[in-house]
Amino acid sequence: MTTTTPRDVPRTTTAERLPGAWQLGLHRGALELRQFFRQREQGVFTFAFPVVLLFLFASIFQDDVEGAGITAAQLYVAAMIGAGIMSVSFQSLGIGIALERDEHVLRRLRGTPMPPAAYFLGKVWLVLVTGFLETALLLAAGATMFDLDLPTSPGKWLTFAWIFVLGLTGCALLGVAVSSVPRSGRSASSVVVLPFLVLQFISGVYIAIDTVPDWMLTLGALFPLKWMCQGFRGVFLPESAQVLEQAGSWEYGRIALVLAAWCVGGLALCLLTFRWKNKSDG
Amino acid sequence: MTTQVNQLAVDVRGLRKRYGPVPAVDGIDLAVRHGEVFGVLGPNGAGKSTTVEILQGHRSRDEGEVSVLGADPATAGRAWRARVGIVWQDESAPAELTVRETVRHFARYYARPRSPEDVIAMVGLQEKADSRLKALSGGQRRRLDVALGIVGDPGLLLLDEPTTGFDPAARHRFWDVIRGLADEGTTVVLTTHYLQEAEALADRLVVIARGRVVAEGEPAALRRRYGEEATVGWTEPDGRTREFRTKTPTRTVAELMSRFDGEVPGLRIVRPSLEDVYLRLTGQDGGPAAQEGER
Repeated sequence: MTTTTPRDVPRTTTAERLPGAWQLGLHRGALELRQFFRQREQGVFTFAFPVVLLFLFASIFQDDVEGAGITAAQLYVAAMIGAGIMSVSFQSLGIGIALERDEHVLRRLRGTPMPPAAYFLGKVWLVLVTGFLETALLLAAGATMFDLDLPTSPGKWLTFAWIFVLGLTGCALLGVAVSSVPRSGRSASSVVVLPFLVLQFISGVYIAIDTVPDWMLTLGALFPLKWMCQGFRGVFLPESAQVLEQAGSWEYGRIALVLAAWCVGGLALCLLTFRWKNKSDG
Repeated sequence: MTTQVNQLAVDVRGLRKRYGPVPAVDGIDLAVRHGEVFGVLGPNGAGKSTTVEILQGHRSRDEGEVSVLGADPATAGRAWRARVGIVWQDESAPAELTVRETVRHFARYYARPRSPEDVIAMVGLQEKADSRLKALSGGQRRRLDVALGIVGDPGLLLLDEPTTGFDPAARHRFWDVIRGLADEGTTVVLTTHYLQEAEALADRLVVIARGRVVAEGEPAALRRRYGEEATVGWTEPDGRTREFRTKTPTRTVAELMSRFDGEVPGLRIVRPSLEDVYLRLTGQDGGPAAQEGER
């Protein structure tokens, strides 16, 4: 025992101001990105996966799509941008957070005065930056190899921007929510990848939208991916391609509605289900 | 927030926690004063980690009153977390970051952190400051855990078996770090299953076995209280060895001397070490209680 004044008695009567969530969120974002790019395997594969698939599908199916005035390759570029965004958000967060929970990274953060919002803001920055890079890569590949015409009107880019932001947000929230499903970090990739794979089939990513059975599309329409891909087709394909759509039009209003609903619903789901510890950690 | 100086840093009464039908903590009381190093000593599975996790606010309790720095850990907020440092038993931090990046980042969470460079030096990781965490040895990672626990300059530090897996030299270095923090006035609560560690660091300690406190006090007082009884052994003329436990071994020897008329065959007097006391208290001395207890 020492005679020093105990330091666990607050020296001031008012609580000191702790750093704010926004500021800490920026720092966490920088840290997340640094970690992401240092894990080279993860970085390379995350980015390469949609690009490789685009290359395969677009090279195999090159024919003109009858009556739509486009090639199948162009369809794949638009669809793969949607899938790429979902993979850097839904898939990488779903697996990544489950691993962090399993490895007690989350529990340690919970033991500090870090506000929980800072952790989620950090993930938002991670997903925004990686999603942006992934999309840029796919657009570059599409424009140079598969005759994708980049739109010139600001209106189209504005449409692209809001679909990107809403879609990314919705999928990221869904990824945070799904991270609580696997019992351990080891099972996370199986739990997350299978539904994502199924969703890509029934949302018209791997199979052209006009050949997917109606009942599958209806099921896929419950989730954000179908609407993101549809919106990107609207941005990057000529108007003549609308005939391929289930509704015969791009349906921007409905896209906005569904994606916004997923943002709100996903947030509610996260707040209800998010865990800082594994079930076994009590 | 108003905290009286005479209030206890940690005040636990009647704490109970069960996992299924198994009680892990079965009615524990703790009273830790401000500025002291308090040891929670016990074998694996005695309920130490459960207790300290409840103090950290990371585990719910079934029964009992818990006050840590004047607040209930189950409901305490950010300001409370800023004043309580935690060193976990099994911890991980992102493997791809360097020691310096990690300590600097954690320092940002606090209003008035210690200097990250000072903290790295305190735990002796200066030479590893730019190494990725995945390149650290087990002992070095534990020292990083301590660095992250103290970077916020907490008034109370909770350590759960901090030196498990350390080699003796690393353990002594670690003890010096804890002593340094205690000299600055930090209240420290640490669990350990190393008697030597509790004796070296703790001003006071409790011994826990099977979810209950079986002894409490200053290490020296515990040794006096439970170490008084000596065992006198000798060999009977028929060759059988006899043992007698007594608080007055000299008298027993005198009696033996008169019985044997001089030299007592095979005479020995054994005083229990603190280790023996501890093993007896926690039922690990080979008695029937030694068979249970692991969780």
